[in-house]
Amino acid sequence: MASAIPEQRPVSIGEALRGLRHEAATYKGILSWIATVDHKRIGVMYGITAFIFFLIGGLEAMVIRIQLAQPNQSVVDPQQYNQIFTMHGTTMIFLVVMPMSAAFFNLMVPLMIGARDVAFPRLNAFSYWVFLLGALFLNFGWITGDIPDSGWFGYAPLSVQSLGHGMDFWMLGLQILGISSMAGGFNFIVTILNMRAPGMSLFRMPVFIWMTLVTSFLIILAMPVITIALFELGFDRFFAANFFNPENGGDPLLWQHLFWLFGHPEVYILILPAMGIVSEILPTFARKPLFGYPFVVFSGILIGFIGWGVWAHHMFTTGLGAPANAAFGVSTMIIAVPTGVKIFNWLGTLWGGSIHLATPLLFAVGMVAMFIIGGLSGVTHAVVPSDFQQQDTYYVVAHFHYVLFGGAIFGLFSGIYYWFSKFTGRMLSEGIGKVHFWLMLAGFNLTFFPHHMLGLLGMPRRIYSYPEGMGWDVYNMISTVGAFVIAASMLVFMFNFIRSIKRGRRASADPWDGRTLEWTIPSPPPPYNFATIPVVHARDEAWHRKYVEDDQGRIVRVPAGAEHDVESHEAAGAEGHHIHMPLPSIFPLIAAIGLPMIAFGLTYYQDTHGEWALPLIPAGVVVLLIGIFGWGLEPEAE
Amino acid sequence: MQHVTPAEHGMETSTGLDNRKLLMWLFLASECLFFGSLVATYLLYKGRSTTPPFPHDTTIAGVEYSGIYDIPFTSVSSFVLLMSSLTMVLALAALQRDNRRAAQVWILATALLGITFLAGQAFEFTEFYHEGLTVSSSVFGSTFFVLTGFHGTHVAVGVLILLSLFVMGLRGRLTSERSLNLELAGLYWHFVDVVWIVIFTFVYLIQ
Amino acid sequence: MLYERRARVDAQRDTNAPPEDTHLAMHGESHPGYLEYVKIAVILGAITAVEVGVYYVEAIEDLLIPILIALSTVKFALVALWFMHLKFDNRIFSWLFVGGIMLAASVFLVAWTTLDILL
Ligand SMILES: [Cu+2]
Repeated sequence: MASAIPEQRPVSIGEALRGLRHEAATYKGILSWIATVDHKRIGVMYGITAFIFFLIGGLEAMVIRIQLAQPNQSVVDPQQYNQIFTMHGTTMIFLVVMPMSAAFFNLMVPLMIGARDVAFPRLNAFSYWVFLLGALFLNFGWITGDIPDSGWFGYAPLSVQSLGHGMDFWMLGLQILGISSMAGGFNFIVTILNMRAPGMSLFRMPVFIWMTLVTSFLIILAMPVITIALFELGFDRFFAANFFNPENGGDPLLWQHLFWLFGHPEVYILILPAMGIVSEILPTFARKPLFGYPFVVFSGILIGFIGWGVWAHHMFTTGLGAPANAAFGVSTMIIAVPTGVKIFNWLGTLWGGSIHLATPLLFAVGMVAMFIIGGLSGVTHAVVPSDFQQQDTYYVVAHFHYVLFGGAIFGLFSGIYYWFSKFTGRMLSEGIGKVHFWLMLAGFNLTFFPHHMLGLLGMPRRIYSYPEGMGWDVYNMISTVGAFVIAASMLVFMFNFIRSIKRGRRASADPWDGRTLEWTIPSPPPPYNFATIPVVHARDEAWHRKYVEDDQGRIVRVPAGAEHDVESHEAAGAEGHHIHMPLPSIFPLIAAIGLPMIAFGLTYYQDTHGEWALPLIPAGVVVLLIGIFGWGLEPEAE
Repeated sequence: MQHVTPAEHGMETSTGLDNRKLLMWLFLASECLFFGSLVATYLLYKGRSTTPPFPHDTTIAGVEYSGIYDIPFTSVSSFVLLMSSLTMVLALAALQRDNRRAAQVWILATALLGITFLAGQAFEFTEFYHEGLTVSSSVFGSTFFVLTGFHGTHVAVGVLILLSLFVMGLRGRLTSERSLNLELAGLYWHFVDVVWIVIFTFVYLIQ
Repeated sequence: MLYERRARVDAQRDTNAPPEDTHLAMHGESHPGYLEYVKIAVILGAITAVEVGVYYVEAIEDLLIPILIALSTVKFALVALWFMHLKFDNRIFSWLFVGGIMLAASVFLVAWTTLDILL
């Protein structure tokens, strides 16, 4: 950067920015990361950040499991316990599964639809920086001691009355993260609808792309509801408003309605991307097309729709009355149908395939199996009388860990093992990967299967300790042992990951004999992805380029198949220089910095009597505006 | 598509729709849920306030309270916002016919009407405050100020966008080829207007 | 068989390609002129006057809510169709907007029904 600016002459802002952009466009050095608008780099940053928060959320889970290993322990006190389970839930949902899914959207969507980048590359960078800063803001309490403590669901009026700034960090942190998710949601909808390669009609899109589309729609329609709920909570906390204050006519049930109106679509935001990943992996490793593609797609869309009509199953015990409970019980059972359709189609894909039992497939099959268990316990919640017994017990904890860990996290890991080589040019070790899988599967079931029993034996959620003689001791101990096994499996994974980046086997462009467009370009892909934009003739385009049916209807390999395509890509390197890619920009980061400034101002202005915190609010607005105007005025490309 | 000129812009996409316009409509669809949640909150709490002032004339336990709403005043400011939609669409029509000077006049008129509406809202808020209505005085106060304030913030953002476009126009950068900028600002502005149509009916007129 | 598929694919691709002139046509003569916009605005103003008028008529108190909802719906539709150009623009935009409105309306109708606000 310094070299671009002569020392003597004063430099205009425009020149300085131009120098900055050129520096950042070299793909070297820290600035090229900070100012990047390349979807692949943004995806990598999303993935690494989300994994770091996965470790933090995992450590929080370990504290919970150590505390509950035996009766009457006092590793943490009740208040600390509240804080840790609140942060564990919030972290795993908003800082791990959502951004890890966003990492896959970023990495894979342009490659799978044959595009050079997303529709709005700078908005994409903005999404990432807002996510990072929002995540740090949410966790700021670890420094000041004000840690959120009212649960990830923030039930009012508890969350209104919570003392200190813990719930302020939670509330404003989620607001910031919501901006990030929505910006990403808009971006991916436009990208998927508008940036497809010629010939890729909607029903030739890979299922992962479909699930990204449905998820993005859920994000842009569901996040506003929680934004307003948090907004109202903020007014109650900061300005003594009455939204959730029963003394003045407010109704705490309003919070539950708004929260779960967001919360149930949110569970599909968490699981649909993983379902999309698995729908890509099963056909590749069964070496046959996805069984019943239209059914998988339509059931995904249907889940997105029905997901809006089931939220009150989280509120059966709040006294909605029998008709409402019955209606929501039935709608919840109905949503199991499209979910079941997907599962049967996955099984149908494997059935009769020539299975290649590689690590990505192990994780994908693990996902399907664990998700079935979680789905079945979910159906038992839909039965209202049964739910009255299960409400707020460990049975519910078992259920959502089977769908979110057993489902989403296993699915995301299968994606990491599947696509690692595409972005690093090297393979993850298969042997170590299998150790990781079996350890994680065993640890997961050891940890969470006993929770079913604990719940049925009446152990409530969110208790920091329990007495002896309840019949809970053995199951809790098994669960804690399981948690250590999961932790061990993560060490194995990290070892594999770091070792493979440095010394892993070199990967070809298409190591798994893949079916979708990303396998037709080099690993790692050049900045512009496709030297020439592909023309799509079929679903599973990459596979159709490699194989044809001969006269007897047997499938045979085309002699000059995908390998040839890759070579021509590399030969097209010279041509690549003529492709104009969007310019790097630092303004998305600047705009993003304005948001936590405003949030800090709001959090602290009342107890500093406006000394330093109050000016922070307009200052944050100014920074945000500088970012937005700079963004609007700078050239997008040269 | 960042590397193509605006003229090629719409042609290159798979749907034929412009990326930015699609983004704007998605944003407006999302906004429906923002305002839907707020209006729903207001309607849920309608008539639940226990402390005066109340929105409309109310009798509680034999005591009569006169309503706080000034319907004639709000009708005028609603009319102002409604007419700003007309000036907005005239600005776009002028720019698309490459009548830049007229476009500038209509853009400025729209912004001024928006500012007039905001001034009316500021006046209304202060009046209500002096009559004892605050966000903390009752659920009516909470829901009223947060809903109309959220809408007012949208109007203010719209005014900022319009003034930025006006400055662009002064520098000769707002041309008929770039009329999409104005069209997008217009979509946002009209949306804020239709939201007020809903608020005026459901919050002010229906008792 | 593959050959056939390719042929079908190519045919489909051709129909999928946006006609070169749609974009221009949308911004061309099909847009209403100044006078039509002014007419719409006059209607909008008149409806607002009627709304405020009926608000003060005590005789129709029972019908007030349906009348006001109907009038504001008309105003909403006029602005959306004419000023936001939904009447002339691509249908996808209308679907997105109406979808957002319908979703918000239906979930909150259901929610408030469970809270005994409506029934
Ligand atoms: Cu649910």
